[in-house]
Amino acid sequence: MMEILRCTVNGRPVEVGIDQRESLADVLRERLGLTSVKKGCEVGECGACTVLVDGTAIDSCIYLGVWAQGKTILTVEGLQNENGELSPIQQAFVEEAAVQCGFCTPGIIMSAVEIVGSGKRYTREELRKLISGHLCRCTGYQNILNAVERAVNEAHKFVGREEQEQ
Amino acid sequence: MFDISSIYQAQSVADAIRALEQDPGALVIAGGTDVLIKVREGKLAGCRLVSIHGLEELKGISQAPNGDIEIGPLSTFRDVTYDKIIRANVPVLGEAADMAGGPQLRAAGTIGGNVCNGITSADTASTLVALEAVLRVRGPRGEREVPISRWYHGVGKVDLAPYEVLTKIVLPRKGYEGFTGHYIKYAMRSAMDIATLGVSCLAQLSQDKRETRQVRLAFGVAGPVPMRAPGAEAAASNRPVEQALAAIGPAALGDVSPRSSWRASREFRLQLVEELSARALAEAMRKGGAQV
Ligand SMILES: Cc1cc2nc3c(=O)[nH]c(=O)nc-3n(C[C@H](O)[C@H](O)[C@H](O)COP(=O)(O)OP(=O)(O)OC[C@H]3O[C@@H](n4cnc5c(N)ncnc54)[C@H](O)[C@@H]3O)c2cc1C
Repeated sequence: MMEILRCTVNGRPVEVGIDQRESLADVLRERLGLTSVKKGCEVGECGACTVLVDGTAIDSCIYLGVWAQGKTILTVEGLQNENGELSPIQQAFVEEAAVQCGFCTPGIIMSAVEIVGSGKRYTREELRKLISGHLCRCTGYQNILNAVERAVNEAHKFVGREEQEQ
Repeated sequence: MFDISSIYQAQSVADAIRALEQDPGALVIAGGTDVLIKVREGKLAGCRLVSIHGLEELKGISQAPNGDIEIGPLSTFRDVTYDKIIRANVPVLGEAADMAGGPQLRAAGTIGGNVCNGITSADTASTLVALEAVLRVRGPRGEREVPISRWYHGVGKVDLAPYEVLTKIVLPRKGYEGFTGHYIKYAMRSAMDIATLGVSCLAQLSQDKRETRQVRLAFGVAGPVPMRAPGAEAAASNRPVEQALAAIGPAALGDVSPRSSWRASREFRLQLVEELSARALAEAMRKGGAQV
């Protein structure tokens, strides 16, 4: 049951033979070596496998790889700058000590990428809801929320400045 | 890797119907958020699938010239919540859709899957029942329409004949116009949890906002399938708002038949039915301008 999957992953066009029974998480991890995509519950509950498909955060463990045909996928590996530096969102997680064992981190960062990318501001309560599809078994939720809030605020400062300059 | 024996990616609805006819026993997969879980659990291990994922003709939400709202079944929970037409005409449906799972789940699970799975806890189901939605299905012999009152046959069983695909969820204008609504999902967690009870109430008010006109009330998890509460509706319709509020809960107890499960006892569900019916009505009427 092989099929050629053609899509864009982390900005690069990809052509890869996959089995139709593979989840997108399988494809990204096993075929493309993108191990930031974690397999936690494998039933769409923990959010560890979250990636962006055409800009939207989904659980890649319950999304078939073949459905990614022609789509644009982003994982944490695609966030690094060319010079290898962390993105501002990743940096916010470091600053806020939002990483304990680290297993849930890549998934939450991908949700944060979508949240920050919306360009909107959110209350803390709204942010709670926006990251409610993630479980952190170290229970480090406060710092995670602080990190997401910081990332949103910093992006906004930057956008705000650009707006003023125009 | 999923334990699936075959999966066919349909190119159109007609193609999906043809594929289903050629492979009796094959199952439709839309967003996959129910099907793939059951495959993983082993309940559907080895199944054959026909995927309608991504079919453009089953997406989108539009309003017909007669005012009926037509929802493509592949609209995700998120699509429904953020749709302009839904927000302007039936915000209660968008609010209900916004309570399913968490954000990533809402970007993948579809409203069509939510009514085709025939599950009593489906978060959009009670509101669709209250809105008197009509399900348009297409099969080898063409298209037919099923009022939602005749859709649910039993746990996990809906009025889909073999080889049929749900192609539209229609909200007839008379089902929503002039109503304001409110959905309450009672669950242990505020995200990623299945409803212990779901209550959807729609209310129409008199011009001076002091009396109810038509009231509709529907439940999830108060019986084997999503259901209307005709006794409660009669008790709460055409009454001064205070009287309607006092009457709806006790009357609803006569309409429902919840059972005990590991999530909650029958007794607790009955208490929720009584209490939440009044709360949902109060909120629905408040949205309509009543002072309650
Ligand atoms: C982690 C998690 C949390 C969840 N939380 C909730 C929740 O809070 N509330 C809730 O209501 N649900 C919840 N669900 C269940 C699920 O997401 C919903 O029921 C969703 O609406 C299913 O839609 P789908 O497109 O993914 O369905 P699928 O899995 O693709 O299909 C579901 C069923 O419907 C049939 N079907 C789907 N579309 C059609 C069609 N157009 N024509 C004919 N048959 C069709 C399929 O054959 C199958 O039997 C949750 C699921 C997960 C994994």
